[in-house]
Amino acid sequence: MKVTFYGTRGSLATPGRATERYGGNTSCVLVRGEDGSALGLDAGTGIRAAGADLPRDLRRVDILLTHLHMDHIQGLGFFGPLYNPRVEVHLWGPASATAALDARLSRYLSPPLFPVLLRDLPCRLHLHHVPCGEIKIGPFTIVAQSVCHPGPTVGYRLADGRAVLTYIPDHEPALGARHFPEDPEWTSGWELARDADLLVHDAQYTREEYPSHLGWGHSSLHDALAFGALAGVRRLVFFHHDPARDDHAVSAAAEAAVVDARPAFSAMPAAEGESFDLPAGP
Amino acid sequence: MAQHAVELILTRQLASCLSVPIVLFGPTGDVLFYNEPAEALLGMRFQETGPLTLVESDRRVRLTDERGAEIPRAARPSAIALGQQRPAHSQMWMTAADGTRRAVEVTAFPLLAEAGGLLGAAVMFWERDGR
Repeated sequence: MKVTFYGTRGSLATPGRATERYGGNTSCVLVRGEDGSALGLDAGTGIRAAGADLPRDLRRVDILLTHLHMDHIQGLGFFGPLYNPRVEVHLWGPASATAALDARLSRYLSPPLFPVLLRDLPCRLHLHHVPCGEIKIGPFTIVAQSVCHPGPTVGYRLADGRAVLTYIPDHEPALGARHFPEDPEWTSGWELARDADLLVHDAQYTREEYPSHLGWGHSSLHDALAFGALAGVRRLVFFHHDPARDDHAVSAAAEAAVVDARPAFSAMPAAEGESFDLPAGP
Repeated sequence: MAQHAVELILTRQLASCLSVPIVLFGPTGDVLFYNEPAEALLGMRFQETGPLTLVESDRRVRLTDERGAEIPRAARPSAIALGQQRPAHSQMWMTAADGTRRAVEVTAFPLLAEAGGLLGAAVMFWERDGR
């Protein structure tokens, strides 16, 4: 599979020269299977460019939403395939205890926030609730599981028989833990990330910033590294960069955490436009 | 080893931060976790026992009425929370694993996932003043 980052920023889009290396668009990762299958992970502002890069003859695309916070759905209305009647678009995302996915999405995709109603989109739209057991899409077997973040939120594990990608962009597994990480079976997201070839994980804060943001649903770089170690991942990509951090600060924070934690796997900040081929070559 | 649902993880984390004795049950009645205040009440330490099956927890801790008669399993708040998926409250006597007998109040509520599935029950114990 090929994994390409179109949006790596957390909370708020931050375009500009100071963020051009790691990118200013909010969460969106495009995964392409060897058979041409296309899966978008989240629909932040990065999804506009992801849609534009898809082949024009593509007839199906799946968008897997982790949750419905604004930075993960803001680009949805600008995703080109939604306006193509020949394309089947499958939207996967969590319902809440009181509202189905379409009702929740319609709060944004309706006036006065957006001019086009979800039901009026020209594509052939299918909505699915997660978590719902194993999902099969093309060569991918996908598992969605609820993770620790305010509101209904899932992470995804995508396997194509050759490699495993785990995507948990908004995640605070250390919340309330006295000594993080503790037992794997009592750690949010562990099963999703276990032995993953690539873990894309929330790392919004530095260790120093985290205590004043407890319960906001995000991780420190150190906790992301500890979580990756507990899960035995082969590579970790720091994701959901804080909007207040420019390129220099993102690099410096990541480097300091890696030097301090000395993980047994490689770890680096996600950068818009960068791709990973999984499994990695020798 | 399977990971527990995030709702159970969060309940355990909350229980770990509270001074109220709390026992966390799985959907079939096994004890998944109890916090430090509950350790004092139950007369055993989680670090030593780990999770307990229903049979094992019954063997270690006895729940009786004031005359010493065993409270039927189905009448216990934990069983009501799990079986009927509703909160339940009761007064009873508890003989802890270390042999100490206490009058307690017990409140249980079911842990239902957002999708509606039963994940377990959280049970709070409170020692009554009168003995």
